Amino acid sequence: MSSAAFVIIAIFTLAAALAAATLQKLMHAALSFAVALVGLAAFFFLLGAEFVGLALVFIYIGAVAVLIVFTILLTRRDVGKNRGFNWAGVLIALAVFGGLTWSILKTQSLSILAPHIRALTVKRIGEALMTGYVWPLQCVGVLLTAALIGALILVMEEKR
Amino acid sequence: MTTTLQAFLIVSAGLFSIGLLAALSRRHAIFILIGIELMLAAANLNFIAFWRFAPQPHQPTGVMFAIFSIAISAAEAAIGLAMVIAVYRHYHTTNVDQFDQLKG
Amino acid sequence: MLSVSKGMSRWVMHYLCLIPAVPFAASLIILSLPNARRGSAAALAVTGQVAALALSVLAFLPTLQTNGFRAVQNFTWFAFGDNALRIGFVLDPLAAAMALMISLVGLCIFVFSIGYMAEDKNFVRFFAYLSFFSGAMLGVVIANSLLLLFIFWELVGLASYLLIGFWIERPSAAAAAKKAFITTRIGDMGFFLGILWLYNRSGTLLFYDSGKGCLESAGLAMLGASATFIALLIFFGAVGKSGQFPLHVWLPDAMEGPTPVSALIHAATMVAAGVFLLARVYPLFSLGAVNGVTSSLTVVVWIGVTTALMAALIAIAQADIKRILAYSTVSQLGLMMVSLGVGGVAAGIMHLLAHGFFKALLFLGSGSVIHGCHGEQDIRNMGGLRRFMPVTFVTYAIGMMALSGFPLLFSGGWTKEEILHDIGHWPPSRAPYYLMLAGVVLTALYMTRQIIYVFLGKPRAVAEHAHESARVMTMPLIVLALGAILLSVVLTPAWPWLYAYLSGESVHFEIARLIQPMLFVSLVLVSAGIGVGFWMYRKAGMQDGDRPSEIDPLEYAQPALFRFLANKMWVDELYAHTVIAFSWMAARLSDWLDRYFWDGLVRGFGAIGQLFATFTTGVDERGINAGADETTVAARGLGRLMSAAHSGQIQVYLGVIAIGMLALLLLYAWLA
Repeated sequence: MSSAAFVIIAIFTLAAALAAATLQKLMHAALSFAVALVGLAAFFFLLGAEFVGLALVFIYIGAVAVLIVFTILLTRRDVGKNRGFNWAGVLIALAVFGGLTWSILKTQSLSILAPHIRALTVKRIGEALMTGYVWPLQCVGVLLTAALIGALILVMEEKR
Repeated sequence: MTTTLQAFLIVSAGLFSIGLLAALSRRHAIFILIGIELMLAAANLNFIAFWRFAPQPHQPTGVMFAIFSIAISAAEAAIGLAMVIAVYRHYHTTNVDQFDQLKG
Repeated sequence: MLSVSKGMSRWVMHYLCLIPAVPFAASLIILSLPNARRGSAAALAVTGQVAALALSVLAFLPTLQTNGFRAVQNFTWFAFGDNALRIGFVLDPLAAAMALMISLVGLCIFVFSIGYMAEDKNFVRFFAYLSFFSGAMLGVVIANSLLLLFIFWELVGLASYLLIGFWIERPSAAAAAKKAFITTRIGDMGFFLGILWLYNRSGTLLFYDSGKGCLESAGLAMLGASATFIALLIFFGAVGKSGQFPLHVWLPDAMEGPTPVSALIHAATMVAAGVFLLARVYPLFSLGAVNGVTSSLTVVVWIGVTTALMAALIAIAQADIKRILAYSTVSQLGLMMVSLGVGGVAAGIMHLLAHGFFKALLFLGSGSVIHGCHGEQDIRNMGGLRRFMPVTFVTYAIGMMALSGFPLLFSGGWTKEEILHDIGHWPPSRAPYYLMLAGVVLTALYMTRQIIYVFLGKPRAVAEHAHESARVMTMPLIVLALGAILLSVVLTPAWPWLYAYLSGESVHFEIARLIQPMLFVSLVLVSAGIGVGFWMYRKAGMQDGDRPSEIDPLEYAQPALFRFLANKMWVDELYAHTVIAFSWMAARLSDWLDRYFWDGLVRGFGAIGQLFATFTTGVDERGINAGADETTVAARGLGRLMSAAHSGQIQVYLGVIAIGMLALLLLYAWLA
């Protein structure tokens, strides 16, 4: 995989993510978050996991980001008040980044190139999901149902 | 020059740190959620990168992990946002520094 | 046809674990039922048992096709390091015959219980326990690993404990349950040590593992001289479970449980597990046998002889209808042990199977009698019941004849003769043979006594209001009585099908073998026992009126002997004055040491401390107090600082978690 594409996507993704984390207006931040996820999906395409990239686009940008925007709209009255910014968080985040980068660069066994692989078709993913991973799949189904019901109950109007 | 696994991991580390920054520094609850989602995305990138650079096994394990991780973080986002709404209704604010019920 | 049966046999092997699993599942479902769902509970329990019976029949069929059939289904339970702990199930004639007997007798007892327990308020719980027991017992017989067998063995013990103490509101039942549990635990301790030793020597606990199991030549070869000790330790477990001397004391007390429990657990199945265990691990006992004799088998013989005679003697002087049967069970189990000890494994198991039928029949019959007499258990208060309870009387008489070993017609006679035949050919000594012949006479005697007191003579005390039990209770009696007679068909020497089946030989019909010398010996002895019984107790129960505490004829003739026997040879008292007294003394001594010695020591130290304290008070008040005040202030400040960390702010918590993670990462990278 070409390094030029990698550099472009990396800069794009990280910039969008940084914008999502630091922009003052909540709505702008949410949209930047969606853009950062597009960059992540591009990484997945680059790595040959097209299905996951598409799933990310559908689920995150199609559902989660929209959900965030809706929540912002629902809690709108609160927006616009003075927002503090905690500089200690920046220090901790920088320290974690430094620690991770140092340990990644220190580990020589990680400086490897990608081998050639058989293309990962959706058919293979489907087969894997329906054979070896059928139990996790069922569990995730149950989890999502539970999350759906739980979310509904949480946002129901309290009866007084 | 072609890209090594380390490059992907460093990008992932950067994404994770940015997510952490959002979760730690911003006062709005939705920012915290966005931060957590970014951290999860970084983890997904790691899953896929390790899968791509490893010798290929019979089953696409890393991809499977990423798929389940995405499903679970979708569930987490749904619950998290519902909680934001519930909390907002209760406290009339989404500012997390005003929630201190956990205070010891 | 052949391929069909082959496929079926493979199917049965694959689903062998269902035989215990079905009653277990039934038990779990019943446990979750509310107390009022009595009908569903009984229906579920009986359905589970019928399913287990059907599966047992299916498992029985393939074992018929080839002589010495054996199939195993082994799998790995878990692995630790290089060792994998493997367990499995086995299907061979021994397992199949036992499973069939247990599920069939169990079914009869389940049905009987519906009538017997009808009035009980904990009806649902009772059936849950019964199903649980049935599952555990079936698990014991098909286990192909000593460990798996031990697990089921302990589950059986638990079920027994729960069922003996079923009427927990009676203090005597609670005490009996504890006694049974603790006494059998003593035996199980030995059993477990034996298992550990065996695993240490052979490295496997599987019985059969295509040549590598611990009962097969390769495994046995690794045991060497330790086989004797391992066998004796395992036998100790069997002694506890099967109520052999010196651990027999729990079994008669276990009669505190409901009568169907006594029939199922303490007569037909669980107590026979010890005998079954010996038969299962018989190669361990017979390893290095000279002329069929090893030191471990000799121990088995003499323990069995002691138990059989002792229990038969005690049974003569008991007044409780169930206690007589309990001692009779102990005695019969002793006889089976002797049979195994002298090498007659097939004969012992045959007697076990036959005994399962007729002893369950006798216990259920006694349950019917108790039910009819409104809870009365003292045979001196009964009498004349044959007129009020005809079905119970006839079936009980059949059971009595089978137990006495009356020749020709009854299953017990054939198996007992087979055992006596084997004992008679034991090389080391003739003594067990003559002692067991005496045992036969005694058995006939005490059963005759019981029949006379309960069913013959004139009605006494409670007996006038007796009534026959309901159909649901008499039907199982009839089925078991038929079983006790019809089982003879496969037991006779003319066509010894069961013997051949168990020992893996082929069978021929030869009418001439029907008449054996042992037949006449047996006929003479049993008739003598019954005749003596009728002569001795000819006057018992003939008196008019209600005289519950009339003197037993034996008590009249030999008061000292009678008292000795009636008090169960004072074994309980012996234990109370030795083992229990010793524990009591040790406890008292520890208590005394604790109170006076250690306490004195502590008080002494305390006094020294006090002296020191008086001295330091001066120092303290002048010098240290001021310093302590300072420290307190500092501590309060620290506490305030710490308290600030618990701000309730989730972001602070998250930040601390991130720092901690970073620290771990650095530590890991630094160490790598």
